[in-house]
Amino acid sequence: MIPELGQFSLILAFCLSILLGTLPIIGAARSNMVWMNLARPLATGIFVFLGISIGILAYTFVTDDFSVQIVAAQSNSLLPMHYKLTALWGGHEGSFLLWTFMLSGWMLAVSVFSKTMPIEFVARVLGVLGLLCVSYILFMLATSNPFMRIVPLPPGDGSDLNTALQDFGFIVHPPTLYMGYVGFSVVFAFAIAALLSGRLDAAWARWSRPWANISWAILTIGIALGSWWAYYELGWGGWWAWDPVENPPLITWLLGTALIHSLAVTEKRGVFKSWTVLLAILAFSGSLLGTFITRSGLLTSVHAFASDPTRGVFILAILVIAVGGALLLYAIRAPQMKSEFGFGLVSREIFLLANNVLLVVSAASIFLGTMFPMIYQALTDDLISIGPPYFNAIFGPLMILLILVLGVGPMSRWKRTSTSYLVQQLAKVAAASIAIGVVLPLLVLFEISFAAIICVVLASWIVLSMAKDLRNKIANKETVSKGLRTLSLSYYGMQIAHIGVAVMLIGVGLTSYFSTERSVLLAPGATVTLGSYAFRFDGSEATQGPNYIADQATFSVSKDGNSLGELYPERRIYLATGTPSTEMAIDAGFLRDLFITLGEEKEDGAWTMTVYVKPFVRWIWLGAIFMAIGGTLAATDKRYRRLRQRKSARDITAKEKIEPDSLQPAASP
Amino acid sequence: MDKLKYFVPSFVFIALAILLWRGLYLDTRTLPSMLIDKPLPTFTLAKVEGEPVSNSDLPDEIFLLNVWGSYCLPCLIEHPTFMRLSEEGEIPVVGINYKDQNELAKDWLDTNGNPFSFSIEDLDGRFGIDLGVYGAPETYLVDAEGVIRYRHVSVLDETVWNQEFLPAIAELEARSN
Repeated sequence: MIPELGQFSLILAFCLSILLGTLPIIGAARSNMVWMNLARPLATGIFVFLGISIGILAYTFVTDDFSVQIVAAQSNSLLPMHYKLTALWGGHEGSFLLWTFMLSGWMLAVSVFSKTMPIEFVARVLGVLGLLCVSYILFMLATSNPFMRIVPLPPGDGSDLNTALQDFGFIVHPPTLYMGYVGFSVVFAFAIAALLSGRLDAAWARWSRPWANISWAILTIGIALGSWWAYYELGWGGWWAWDPVENPPLITWLLGTALIHSLAVTEKRGVFKSWTVLLAILAFSGSLLGTFITRSGLLTSVHAFASDPTRGVFILAILVIAVGGALLLYAIRAPQMKSEFGFGLVSREIFLLANNVLLVVSAASIFLGTMFPMIYQALTDDLISIGPPYFNAIFGPLMILLILVLGVGPMSRWKRTSTSYLVQQLAKVAAASIAIGVVLPLLVLFEISFAAIICVVLASWIVLSMAKDLRNKIANKETVSKGLRTLSLSYYGMQIAHIGVAVMLIGVGLTSYFSTERSVLLAPGATVTLGSYAFRFDGSEATQGPNYIADQATFSVSKDGNSLGELYPERRIYLATGTPSTEMAIDAGFLRDLFITLGEEKEDGAWTMTVYVKPFVRWIWLGAIFMAIGGTLAATDKRYRRLRQRKSARDITAKEKIEPDSLQPAASP
Repeated sequence: MDKLKYFVPSFVFIALAILLWRGLYLDTRTLPSMLIDKPLPTFTLAKVEGEPVSNSDLPDEIFLLNVWGSYCLPCLIEHPTFMRLSEEGEIPVVGINYKDQNELAKDWLDTNGNPFSFSIEDLDGRFGIDLGVYGAPETYLVDAEGVIRYRHVSVLDETVWNQEFLPAIAELEARSN
């Protein structure tokens, strides 16, 4: 009976979505206040009913109701409570309900934090989100009902959650990724609302900027969590594999990154308007395409859910209607968007344009690499595969160019910057970066490594040009602390996010080039050394977990004779399915990670194993955290919270005319 | 004319949508039918363990031929299934170590366990080309006469084993009786 209530609640949410997808949009077109004012209560209602629905599904998991199909498929009575709860999103149906619930959460957030926007705009935004909700719930009800029962004879126990998923990473990675992903629907809805209203000024850019920044920050964390999880749990030690299903979030992220920069230009300067709208549509398409790829079985991948062409056709239909419709609306309305101002050949606009071009080109090439095997097969019936070498060869150089631009952009001014000013400002920065880049790796490594030099030069370039810009900005203030206080939160947000790029760059570069590993067979008491680290194998013993048995090995790790403590890698057998699983042991450090994976037991208690040293690997995720903090700070800037009508791009230009020679750019993106 | 350029994204998207739709109905998991029911290509190569190996060394019963490599991440996902199959003696599994390096391949087998009766070392991928290998992992079902009967591209987990291989094997056994 209880699961049927969840289903009923889902149907109620569906009915409310239909109302939300129609009445407020029609109301906005006819200036009907009553219909427009329905948007907020309807959005709240959808949130409540989807909440009840997912709550009930969680309840069936927690209470081991194996008569529900997905509980029987994804859970087991032995499973610890926190995994029972999260097993909900361990499969296609449950995770799609979570996805839809996230969308309703964003809708609720829009209806709460939109007090400063005109009601017809809010009505259109929520209406568009309502239409998305309609399609998602219809998809669930028609092809992937999470509340489907097993009749007449339910199994006595469930077949267990995939053992690779029984991990902390599984608790946090999918919800965060989905939340970021779905957040781009909000920005999409803003863009569509702007197109519908025909009011294509800078206002929509200002309104959607905080939403874009927050979604982007959450998506950054979501992707980083996935990378971190793959690194430590799947036992691969890899943090990125260019897997066909890893790529769409990255594509969305790259387009999202382009979008948050382009929105800045549109808000501040009133240029790139139609481009920004297009980017908002594309970023959303990226997220929808990711769903399509994962859930249709279009590409084979470790992430893919059970494949089912009916689902694929349905999602493709959603994709065609949502994205196709949006692009058509764009094609009709975009010619009305005229840039209000021009800009010079050397100006902040140009550098941001370069940023956009580089990001969009990288997104497009990753998209091409991901889809090409399928496209090729569709055209020729032959099979090919495209691997990491393609992606690395394209992505690397593009990112190097992007980072070079990144150093110049923030220092340049809107409208027009003199080249000599930039050269004067940045010549020393460039020289210092090269010096640091050559000397620092040499001091640490005692060898000349081209890769290390490139990484350190580029990272120094980012950090030093930031420092220089900061110094310029506070140079004419009385005291440093006073100067620092006058800078806006969004400026600090930008700085921190850019430093995140430098941190991640160091992590990616140094881990890729300087990781070492060794596979050995060790008898108890024997030691293996790797660089200056020694790992002594002290033997293994049997242990037991809540739903598995394991062999746990003990290692004493030391560096140059100084003990660093003990590590305990495990080899587990999960009881419900008999599946073995390797739990690596990691000694995480700021400058390096040490880890051990256990292989097989041989005679006399000897084990095969692999030991790894991964320098700077934590910096990859540390960089992502910096970026996310930066994005969040930028979104919480107080100018977005002001109630009164804000300055338009026109007013900002007027102000600039008064002080055209000010050393500071008008404001920072 | 100027207004037409705004329709470019729509046109690109339409083309893409058609490809995606076509892609849904492509079967990326089955072999082009020409190699099915044909004997395995002949080969004279070395085992990863060192000794020479040719067609005559293959098991004279129904067996699995699994394409793997130490670089292949999905191979680790299907690995427990092969370990179980070989430990329980359900079916012999022969490996093809595809475009790998001998040292890395040996390390991989030591670290993760060796489910294979032996692994054929296909360093330059020539045998793979003869066989029509798309990439690791990939698994062939070969009968006692050395004829390819079924092919599965990508990960072979317990579900695939139960739903695809067991019926195929049952059918083969029924036919030979």
